[in-house]
Amino acid sequence: MDKKHNRPEFRRKCIQLVSALLYNANLPGFASGSIYKGASKGVCVPGLNCYSCPGAVGSCPLGALQNALSSLPRKLPLYIAGFFLLTGIVLGRVVCGFLCPFGLIQELLHKIPTPKIKKSAWTRRLSWLKYVILVVFVTALPIWYAFAKGLPVPAFCKYICPAGTLEGGFPLLALREEYRAAAGALFSWKTLLCVVILALCVFLYRAFCRFLCPLGAIYSLFSRLALLAVRVDKDLCDHCGACVRVCQMDVKRVGDHECIHCGQCAQICHKQAIYFGKERKPCIQAKQENSSR
Amino acid sequence: MKKASNAGRETPPQGKRLTAVRLLIAGAGALSLALGIAQGGYQDTLAKAVRICLECVGIG
Repeated sequence: MDKKHNRPEFRRKCIQLVSALLYNANLPGFASGSIYKGASKGVCVPGLNCYSCPGAVGSCPLGALQNALSSLPRKLPLYIAGFFLLTGIVLGRVVCGFLCPFGLIQELLHKIPTPKIKKSAWTRRLSWLKYVILVVFVTALPIWYAFAKGLPVPAFCKYICPAGTLEGGFPLLALREEYRAAAGALFSWKTLLCVVILALCVFLYRAFCRFLCPLGAIYSLFSRLALLAVRVDKDLCDHCGACVRVCQMDVKRVGDHECIHCGQCAQICHKQAIYFGKERKPCIQAKQENSSR
Repeated sequence: MKKASNAGRETPPQGKRLTAVRLLIAGAGALSLALGIAQGGYQDTLAKAVRICLECVGIG
């Protein structure tokens, strides 16, 4: 892809980097080994970013969801439900493509020059695993612990989340001796899982996003409705399939539930049939009308 | 030669339905958020997020 086509990708990387820095703007936390306690911690960031990261200035939506579910039946999780409905209807999985720090980390790891594992029917099947994780670890287990034992247990955070290990666990244990002393079998398991997932990302594009991320699973429920999603102009599309072939996610068509709306397909479409948003912008329509005369 | 003047626009009946669904979900989201704040959801989220989550970092 030439430099002109790479410009949108460069812009996307900049947005990803800026959002990662904004989510983790509490830089003094990395020196002191303490977490931010300001009022913004009550607001969820859209992407996967552990709130126990020393730099985090917002709350993790998955952690907040699990904790809210732990308050059942006493309290319904309306606050976090409202957050997901609004973020989903406006952005959907645009969050994954543009606003997720862990997605950025995976993409950077994938740039390491090694042989790559291409997507296949098997990776497409594996992509349904994230919905199982959403139902079991994010939803069912916290609710079960709340009803059966009266305990708040964020099961996904506790047993799986590599972002918590990488962004929270590693910095805090490096900076605080008392946490190093308390680390046991659970930390060993989470470290192993984190290392395996990150290593896999070198060979398999966004392995965590595609197969394991329940946050992506939630946002994918809004794939057809999200306002800022990537769409295909059916009047211009000639069904050549180049968009699906170039996409590194397990999509069957542009904008489906596996699409992270990164826009790389839009750069390759020879009919310029792919666009962001609800309606094509007037300048793009005019450009096409001029070129068709 | 295909006309591009209507390109990019969803067909009117489908477009209206999708817009209605979007507005409905956005409205439900706004209402849920407001009710959630009123019932203390922001405070609960804040209370959890300002403490180190031992489960998240692999200790608890």
